[in-house]
Amino acid sequence: MYHDNDRAKMFNRRAAMLAGGKTALAGALVARMYYLQVVEADKYAMAAHDNRISMRLLAPPRGLILDRNGTAMAVNQHNYQVRVIAERAPSLDYTLDALSQIITLTDHDRGRIHKEAKRRRSFVPITIRENLSWEEVARIEVNAPDLPGVLIEVGQSRFYPLESLGAHILGYVAAVSETDLTGDPLEDLPGFRIGKAGVERIYDMAMRGRAGASSVEVNAVGRVINELERKEGEPGVDLTLTLDMRLQEYAAQRLGEESASVVVMDVHSGDLLVMASTPSYDPNAFNRGLTHEEWKDLSTNLRSPLQNKAISGTFAPGSTFKLVVALAALEAGVITPDQTVLCKGHMELGSIKFHCWKKGGHGSVDLNGAIKGSCDVYFYEIARRVGIDKIAEIANRFGLGVPTGIDLPNERPGLVPSRAWKRHAMKQPWHPGETLINGIGQGYCLTTPLQLAVMVARIANGGHKVVPHVARDLIVEKAALPRSVPDWGSCGVSQKNLALIRKGMFAVSNEPGGTAFRARIEQDGMWLSGKTGTAQVRRITMRERESGVKKNEELPWKERDHALFVAYAPEEKPRYAIAVVVEHGGGGSAVAAPIARDIMIEVQKRERTRTADREKSPGGAG
Amino acid sequence: MMRPTSRFSLQLNRAELSWREKLWQINWSLIALLTVIASVGFLTLYSAANGSLEPWAIKQMIRFGMGITLMIAVAVVDIRVWIRHAYIIYAVSLVLLVAVEIKGTIGMGAQRWIDLGFIQLQPSEITKIALILSLARYFHGAALQDIGRPTFLIPPLTLVLLPIALVLKQPDLGTAMMLLMSSGAIFFMAGVRMWKFGLVLAGGLGAIPVAWQFLREYQKKRVIIFMNPEQDPLGAGYHITQSKIALGSGGLFGKGYMSGTQSRLNFLPEKQTDFIFTMYAEEWGMMGGVFLLFLYSLLIAYGYAIAMRCRSQFGRLVALGITSTFFLYVFINTAMVMGLVPVVGVPLPLISYGGTAMLSLLFGWGLVMSAYIHRDTPIGRRGALDD
Repeated sequence: MYHDNDRAKMFNRRAAMLAGGKTALAGALVARMYYLQVVEADKYAMAAHDNRISMRLLAPPRGLILDRNGTAMAVNQHNYQVRVIAERAPSLDYTLDALSQIITLTDHDRGRIHKEAKRRRSFVPITIRENLSWEEVARIEVNAPDLPGVLIEVGQSRFYPLESLGAHILGYVAAVSETDLTGDPLEDLPGFRIGKAGVERIYDMAMRGRAGASSVEVNAVGRVINELERKEGEPGVDLTLTLDMRLQEYAAQRLGEESASVVVMDVHSGDLLVMASTPSYDPNAFNRGLTHEEWKDLSTNLRSPLQNKAISGTFAPGSTFKLVVALAALEAGVITPDQTVLCKGHMELGSIKFHCWKKGGHGSVDLNGAIKGSCDVYFYEIARRVGIDKIAEIANRFGLGVPTGIDLPNERPGLVPSRAWKRHAMKQPWHPGETLINGIGQGYCLTTPLQLAVMVARIANGGHKVVPHVARDLIVEKAALPRSVPDWGSCGVSQKNLALIRKGMFAVSNEPGGTAFRARIEQDGMWLSGKTGTAQVRRITMRERESGVKKNEELPWKERDHALFVAYAPEEKPRYAIAVVVEHGGGGSAVAAPIARDIMIEVQKRERTRTADREKSPGGAG
Repeated sequence: MMRPTSRFSLQLNRAELSWREKLWQINWSLIALLTVIASVGFLTLYSAANGSLEPWAIKQMIRFGMGITLMIAVAVVDIRVWIRHAYIIYAVSLVLLVAVEIKGTIGMGAQRWIDLGFIQLQPSEITKIALILSLARYFHGAALQDIGRPTFLIPPLTLVLLPIALVLKQPDLGTAMMLLMSSGAIFFMAGVRMWKFGLVLAGGLGAIPVAWQFLREYQKKRVIIFMNPEQDPLGAGYHITQSKIALGSGGLFGKGYMSGTQSRLNFLPEKQTDFIFTMYAEEWGMMGGVFLLFLYSLLIAYGYAIAMRCRSQFGRLVALGITSTFFLYVFINTAMVMGLVPVVGVPLPLISYGGTAMLSLLFGWGLVMSAYIHRDTPIGRRGALDD
C-alpha cells in the first residue's frame, strides 16, 4: 500500500462536504414539498377539484302534444348524431374522408366542422350530422375501427307524426337564439330546442320541464369517469289540445288545394275543434333542415303556406258582417224587425250610387228578408241610420276588430273602423259613404276567420263573451289544471234581438230563397243556421258595371272574390260555430257554404258517436 | 479511517476470498433497504393501475427480482476484475453510444435504444457506470501531487466529455447533466482543487448563451416553460402545472392510498414513469414524500459509509460515484415534478416503471456492494494484486 493516507483523508473531508451539499439539496426538496403541499395546498386542492368535477345539465324530455282524443301530434324521437373528437382523429380530414364514403357529407358541412374544430378545444366533440337513419348508424358502427375519433350519440328531437296536419297550431321548435334567452339554464345546453311558433311557443316554458343536474367526475380528456351525484329534472307538461285531428283531417281534405281556412269552435266552452289553414307545411322539414329551394318555395308561395290564416289572415268579412250591423241597428232602436226598406238594386247618397249585389233589386225587404237574401241596400240604409261608431262598438263586443285572446302567438286584431280610428290613423274625417260600404263588410273592415267564428259563437250562445282556446287544460306555470267553463261575461245585447238575428240566419240556410238554402243540412237535429259572405277585393268601375260585371272565372286569382260562410249548429240547441274563408274562392254561397255544411255534418256525427260510446261503455262494463 | 477489527475482516485482508466468505459478507441490510424502496414502487404502480398488478406492478417485481440477482452476481465478482476491465467497458459503452446514433430505434423524439431482441438496450445507462469505473480507475492510480498538475486532468476530462457529447447529440439533456455532475463528484472526491471547479462553473455559465443555440426546439421550449409554466397550461406547460396541482392537492397527509384523483383521472401524464413521485405524494401527502426521501437518504448514507470503509481509492470512488449518481436521480426527478428544475426524462430510481433503469441501478449497487465485500482487498495501480 502506498501514500494512501493522504488520499483517504482528502476523500473523507471531501465526502463530508459533498454529503453536506446533498443534505442541503434534500432540504430544498423538503422545503418545496412543504410549500406545495402545506402552504399552497388549498389553492391546489381547489384547482384539483375544478379539474375533475364537471356539472352537466340533464335535459328533461319535452312535453308531448296530443289532440282531444289522445292522438299524438308532437313526440320526442331519438336523434342519432355522429360526432367527431378532433383530438382522437389522426387528422380531421382523414376521418371526414373516410366518413364520406359511408354517409353523404356536403362541402358546407365540412366547412362548418373545420370552423368549429378551430374554435373549440380539441377534446370537445363536434356534431358532424344529425338525424341519421338506422341504416347510416349501422354502417358507421360497423366501420368504427376505420373511423378514428368518430362517435355516435343519441339526442332527442321533436317529431310531428301527422306531418302537415295541424302544423300551424303546433308550430315548431328550433335552436335558441340570442333574443330568446330567459336565463333558464337549459338554454345553454348544446342542441337544446325551444318552441318558436304555435303552441310549441306559447306553452314552451311548461313543456320544457325543469333541468336536472348531474355532477360527474371527468378525466383529462373530458371523458366521464364516474357520476357523483344526480338530480333528476322534471319532464315537461304534456299538452292536450281541444282539436280533433280526425275532423281537422277531414276539413283539410275538404279545403283541398284552396288557400282557405276553417275554424270550428264550441260556442259554450270556447274549445276549438278544428282550426285548419291551407295550404300547410311539414314542420318536420324544419328539423331536418330545409334546402334553399324548399325554403324559397315556402316563403314566396302566393298562398302563404307558412301563415296560419285562421288567426293571421285578415279578410274583408263581406256580408257576414251584416249580422253585427243588424244587431247594432236593433240595439240602437233605429229599426224594428218589421220595418221595410225598398231595394231597387242601388241606393244613392249624395251624388254617389251604392249598388246591391242583386242587379234588379230585392224589392221591399224587412230584417228577416234582408238577412236571408243578404240585401245590400237594406244594410246601407240601416248602417246610415245607426252610424259607424255604434256598429264598431257592437262588432267589437262580438269579437271583431279586437284580438280574441286565443292561446296562440301572432294573432292579428283585424280592423273595424270608427270615426276616432280614421281621425287617428288616417288624419282624415269620416265620410258618410264609408259607413255604407263598411255596413256591408267592405271598405276598411278586416277580420280573421277565428274572429268570425267567435262572432257566430257569441250570437249562438246568447251573447256570452266566449273566448277560444286550443289547450284543453289551463296551463299555470308548469302545471296543467282542468279548465272549468267560466262565466264569460255578457256582450250586453238583448236576447230578443239575438233571437231575431238567429232567425235570419235560419232563413239563410233553411228557407227557399235563402243565400245558402242549397247548402242546408237535412239530417234531423243537425240543421245549421248561417250567413254567406262574398268579399270583393277589387274596385268595380262604372264602365264595367255598364258593360256587365266580370265573372270570377274571368279574373286572375288575386282579383277574385273571397268566399265566406259563418254558421252554427244544431239549430235548436246551438253547440258549434263555424267560419269558412276561401281566399279568392268566389261566392260565399256557392263555394264556402257547402264546405261548411260538410264539415258541420262531420262534426255532429263525431259528437254523436262519442256520446253513444260514452253511453255504451258503462253498460258494456256491467 | 476505520480499521478492520473483526474476525472476518482480518481474514479478508487477503488477495483472494472464498465464495463462502463473499456470500457471508453480502450486505443483506442494504438489500432489505433496496427492497423496501422498491416495494413503495410496487404499491404505487398497483395504485396507478387502479388496484391491479397488471400491467405494471407485476412486471416491475419480476425486474426487481432479476435486478437483485444481477446485483449479487456483480457484488461477488472480484473488484479487481472491474478495475482491470474499466477502460474496455468504457470503450464498449462509447461504441454503443455511436451505434444508437447510427442505427437506433426512434423513441420519444430521441434515439436512445438499441433493440437486442430480448431487451431494449439503453447505452447511456451503461455509460453512467462505465464512466464512473474508468474515472475511478484513473484516479486510483494517481497521487495527490499528480492531481495538482493541470495536464494530469486532461485524460479524465476527455473521458467525461466524449460520452457527454454523444449523449447530447441524441439528444438527451438529462443524461448529459447527470454524467457531468457525477463525474464532477468523482473529480471532487479525488481531490481536484476547489478553484478549478469554480473556474469550470464560471466557464459553464458563460457558455450558456452559446449552448442555447445548440438546443433542440423542444428542449428550449421545456426550459422556457419551466421558467413560466402558467403561460401554456394546456400545451407544453401542462405536465408541470398538472403535476403541481396533483402534488399540492395531496396536502400534508395525502388523499389516501388508491384515492389520488388527479393521477387516477389521467390529468397527470406519465404517472407510472417519470411522474410517479407526484402520484405517490398525492396519495400519501407530504408525510409520505418525506418518508420516501428519508429512505433514499438512508440508502445514500449507506453508500457513503461503504465508500469510507474501503481501503482502496478505486473502491471509494466507485462506491461514492454510484451513490452520487443515485442521489442525482432522486434529486432531479423529484425536483422536476415539483417544478424546481426543467422537465427532463429522469426516472425516480427503483420506483418508476421501466426495466433498463432498474437493472442498471441495481448493477451499480452491485458494484457498491462489491466494494464493500472487497473493502480490504489490496488493489495495485492497474488492478493487479498489490504492486
